[in-house]
Amino acid sequence: MDSRRSDSYHSQRPAMPLAVKILVAGGFGVGKTTLVGAVSEIRPLRTEERLTDRSVGIDDTTGVEQKTTTTVAMDFGRITLRDGLVLYLFGTPGQDRFWFMWDELALGALGAVVLADTRRLADSFPSIDYFERRGLPFIIGVNCFEGSFRYESEEIRGALDLDPDIPVILCDVRQRESGKQVLITLVEHVLAVMARRQRTVGAGY
Amino acid sequence: MTGSESEWLDEEAGPVVRPYALTRGRTRPQTREGFDLIAIIAAAATASFAPPGAGPEHLAILELCVRPHSVAEISAKLRLPLGVVRVLLGDLLDHGLIVVRKPAVTNQTPNEHVLKEVLHGLKAL
Repeated sequence: MDSRRSDSYHSQRPAMPLAVKILVAGGFGVGKTTLVGAVSEIRPLRTEERLTDRSVGIDDTTGVEQKTTTTVAMDFGRITLRDGLVLYLFGTPGQDRFWFMWDELALGALGAVVLADTRRLADSFPSIDYFERRGLPFIIGVNCFEGSFRYESEEIRGALDLDPDIPVILCDVRQRESGKQVLITLVEHVLAVMARRQRTVGAGY
Repeated sequence: MTGSESEWLDEEAGPVVRPYALTRGRTRPQTREGFDLIAIIAAAATASFAPPGAGPEHLAILELCVRPHSVAEISAKLRLPLGVVRVLLGDLLDHGLIVVRKPAVTNQTPNEHVLKEVLHGLKAL
């Protein structure tokens, strides 16, 4: 009997965890995959999407028979928070023309960490702009590379023209404890943003 | 399994780029399920119940998902592009061979309870 066979199969099947995700964004070489790897319980995995140039949306290829393909790669890691709750960390693809991939990543994300390098602060502007426009809560993690001058959080906040409530945290993404602290800061910030939005709604706006 | 082999084909298939040869030219699943990157997939039956039209990649997904895996993990572990994995998952779902658990958050407003659980879990790491 089909049903009996599948019942016994179902009863043996491990429970399906609930999944949440956090994004790690920032410029090329800023340490996104290093952060993912430092806190992930698995070696970071890479998933790829292949696109025709038509879907990338840079050229009008109407009527052109030959399509070329582009690969956009995303590195991600996993943290089992408790039995039945899994957090995925996704590094965002760096190339600006893959914004549509960011849309998919951002959908349903709890929030984002924008990693910044003080030597190339401008590299984090596109990520900041993107999350501000989208209304996705984010924090800034300043990756303190060896040899880079140590700035105060407030100086960096000023240079990035950030709202005063957005946390700026100095970190070393190679260290698991430091990476963990970055994620805790983000989730606390997301909770604070939610509480503030609820108060605003409650006040009748 | 009652389906004929033709159910695994799509007559509307456009020009085929190589990875999509596995999906016979289809670029998105034919079901309404969109298969979020972090949707969790588990096999509802062993590979031996797959219909004759199932390809080795369908079977590989069923074997991998004896333990639940996210869509992104399936793509990474089987080295298949995400779009291909989604089409194959659509086939498997149509045939009742997998079950899907959607992510905790599917829009822009995360649930406070889930956030607090995540925070608690991170602090306990």
